[in-house]
Amino acid sequence: MLKVLACVIRRDLLLAFRRRSDLLATVFFFALVVMLFPLGVGPEAGLLRSMAPGIVWVAALLASLLSLGRLFALDFADGTLEQMALSAEPLVLIVLGKVLAHWLVAGVPLVMLSPVLALQFGLPGAAIQVLCLGLLIGTPILSLLGAIGSALTLGVRGGGVLLALLVLPLYVPVLIFGAGAVQAQASGLDAAAHMLLLGGVLAGALALAPWATSAALRIALE
Amino acid sequence: MRPVLHAPFAVRFFAGPRPGWWKYAGAPAFYPLAGRLIPGLQAVAVALLALGLGIGFLLAPTDHQQGEAYRIIFVHVPAAWLSMLLYMAMAFWAATGLALNSRLSFMMARAIAPTGAMFTFVALWTGALWGRPTWGAWWVWDARLTSELLLLFLYAGFMALQSAIDDPRRGDRAGALLALVGVVNVPVIYFSVKWWNTLHQGASISLSSAPLMASSMLMGLLLAALGAWVYALAAVLKRLRCIVLERERHAKWVARLPEVSA
Repeated sequence: MLKVLACVIRRDLLLAFRRRSDLLATVFFFALVVMLFPLGVGPEAGLLRSMAPGIVWVAALLASLLSLGRLFALDFADGTLEQMALSAEPLVLIVLGKVLAHWLVAGVPLVMLSPVLALQFGLPGAAIQVLCLGLLIGTPILSLLGAIGSALTLGVRGGGVLLALLVLPLYVPVLIFGAGAVQAQASGLDAAAHMLLLGGVLAGALALAPWATSAALRIALE
Repeated sequence: MRPVLHAPFAVRFFAGPRPGWWKYAGAPAFYPLAGRLIPGLQAVAVALLALGLGIGFLLAPTDHQQGEAYRIIFVHVPAAWLSMLLYMAMAFWAATGLALNSRLSFMMARAIAPTGAMFTFVALWTGALWGRPTWGAWWVWDARLTSELLLLFLYAGFMALQSAIDDPRRGDRAGALLALVGVVNVPVIYFSVKWWNTLHQGASISLSSAPLMASSMLMGLLLAALGAWVYALAAVLKRLRCIVLERERHAKWVARLPEVSA
């Protein structure tokens, strides 16, 4: 079981590494979106500091959305996905492996970049820690929920816009708890409640989303 | 045939003699039944809505806190109830369709979505009209309002996904899965006024305590809600008939229908 999981993760990571430009595009998109806000609302330091957690989180949501299209599309196009669904190994496990690989490729770089961006907004050190920890718990949820939408819109007309319409409403709780944790910390409250809720969402998504995704893939492959 | 006692539930359920109403699970029997039901339902809906809104707008006393502005409750609350109820109904038929692979269930889910979206929109819009005089704002980012807005997006996503997929069977199943994933939002809306104590007022009516409002207010509200319910039933059945006709247009029984063959 674990061997299949490791195998899928290694394969997807290798594929992503061979197409480094995709990986970098997501990271640059993330940095660019964050950069647009000071230009849009003005460089007033206090305002930017209070907006920073929300800005970084929204940018992370959009960047994750951007990379979701690739999650199954290439394997679907060349028939690999069909072979995976036909194989004796459980599809749920393969899906979980692909989602984990997606998180390593698209989520972890965002988490690592976020402290630098947070520094640009003048966030204090403790708030940056909370922000990074929140992103670390939250970005796998984005990959897990996004995989459902990605599987549902596989090979569908106007899939990209449709994917945003399907997935963004599901992302809202993650955004609220993730940005809320930093705001709670900034206003002198304990961020633990938000973090625990975020962890709860992650546990729920980890348990249910791969099943929903593999059901959606089977529908797409019919 | 002797009943098979040790077979799984589903096998026993389908193997035994089926009750008489079971035939309505198939489109050929359901279509004319829906056609016979719709005029009656429409009349009942009009009567109940007229009665409920009449009591609400004309007879119910003025609220001592909110004055006349509160009267939008007679539209707002039924619409909000129906928006959640219809999502649950849609998810129920989606789940039934996925479990039993019954085509009419998927068509039912498809037929419910536009009416549900309409009621969600009405609830949001009347809420804005109500919020302006009482809260001084058209919109606040309160938990109840935000989760209701998400419900509208879930309905929109369901309809967009179904219309983007050309193969009706794939569209049915993909939409059904999405409806089931989105169902987590409904309890969030329902309990949002309890979990987050924000601007939106708490529930006015509860089954476990005596009503806090005048009896004519309660009567108007319940009649209007019942009217909205019956209206939704009529509208969904009417849309369902259209979907059935469209999807089954190659079937023989459709060609034999009086309205088609004439």
